[in-house]
Amino acid sequence: MVFVQPISVSQLTKQIKAALAHASLQDVAVEGEISNFVHHRSGHMYFSLKDADSRIKAVMFRGRNQRLSFFPKNGDTLIAVGSVGVYEPNGEYQLYVDLLLPQGIGDLHIAFEQLKAKLEGEGLFDSKRKRALPTLPHRVGVITSPSGAALRDILNVLQRRHPGVKILLFPALVQGEGAPDSLIQALSFAQNTDVDVLIIGRGGGSFEELAAFNNEGLARAIAQSSIPVVSACGHETDFTIADFVADLRAPTPSAAAELVVPLREDLLVSVTSFQNRMVNALQRRIESERRYLKRLRQNPVLQKPEHTINQRRQRLDELWTSLGRFHRHAVVLRREKLAGVVGKLETLSPLNTLARGYAICQNDQGLILREAKQVSLGEIVHVTLREGSLSCTVEGKKP
Amino acid sequence: MSELRFEEALARLEEIVRSLEQGEATLDEGLVLFEEGVKLARFCNEKVDEAEAKIEIMIQEGQIETFEVKEQ
Repeated sequence: MVFVQPISVSQLTKQIKAALAHASLQDVAVEGEISNFVHHRSGHMYFSLKDADSRIKAVMFRGRNQRLSFFPKNGDTLIAVGSVGVYEPNGEYQLYVDLLLPQGIGDLHIAFEQLKAKLEGEGLFDSKRKRALPTLPHRVGVITSPSGAALRDILNVLQRRHPGVKILLFPALVQGEGAPDSLIQALSFAQNTDVDVLIIGRGGGSFEELAAFNNEGLARAIAQSSIPVVSACGHETDFTIADFVADLRAPTPSAAAELVVPLREDLLVSVTSFQNRMVNALQRRIESERRYLKRLRQNPVLQKPEHTINQRRQRLDELWTSLGRFHRHAVVLRREKLAGVVGKLETLSPLNTLARGYAICQNDQGLILREAKQVSLGEIVHVTLREGSLSCTVEGKKP
Repeated sequence: MSELRFEEALARLEEIVRSLEQGEATLDEGLVLFEEGVKLARFCNEKVDEAEAKIEIMIQEGQIETFEVKEQ
């Protein structure tokens, strides 16, 4: 016996883990019966998968099991798709489950579900990615078999709904081994044309016959197309991966044609309706402006301008009359006043005094004499009477 | 208007109609809008009336031919 340096439990466990990481234990599909099922508070599902002779512990984490369309329970026989790993803390190997599928599902279905989960996880199905289709496409591209019923249906519907629509056909294989590549190539050709919407599809068929439309390469090509894509793969109820990735899914090729092109009559009706609404709106506007104008014109100021003028004239006359009265009254007052003053003036007039017999006595220099002492004896004085004047010599005076 | 797409024309026409119905523009502006609307409506009608159906098939990359629908 050779003595070897002991390794730790952790180291051994790590080795076991590495050994179990072998490719053959990754992405396996295992059929078994569910037992000891626990839906933990954390959202994770813990259970065992067993058959008559063996059992294996399994875990399906919340991120994965949220997408389950059914609720697993003890006793269910299911197919678990996942990978084997080791849970180091308790030295257990277990199946880390990515997908749980009902029993009896074939390879194709499993592959389908796996691919669907994968692409969905990448966000390829997000509604935000989906583009709107043009209202009236300039040219419709159709990717399908040139000899199939699907093409006939599409062409019929397109022409019926809108006779003038331009169509460009990209022939492809829709079944068989070469189909996915053929479809991908057709999509790629279409990108360089002036087509503004694409229909990709085929008539009805079995799940196996529709396989090309579940191809990963085709799904990615549709996702990358710069032209909006409408998928139309046969059956009303079946969904292909192409349906999920496309910008719009139609249940049948005819339905796709209806979605892609509007009914010509509908468009004409819309345009006519807009025209009518426009005309009506403008007419109403003009009418309302007219009414406004009419109201303005009916304003008395504009209707009978003389009325205002006459009113003003009348007022003017009244004022003038008042002014006249005032003026005459004022004149009369002034005359009376004048007469009064004149009367007074006359009374004070020296002529009046002279008329009463008084005389004005002036000396030789013309000075009016009021006092006797203003003259000396023998001086000549002049006396003015009412009529005529005298030159006198002073013979005596008092005092 | 040759580069104008049908959608854009229809959308602008709808915009003009709403604008006129709301009556916010002056009468002068309204008349200008109306004229634009008439041109757009005419354009849309022409597009819709294009009756020349054309079905072609791309047999190889870059090679396009007229397609004859085979009755089956």
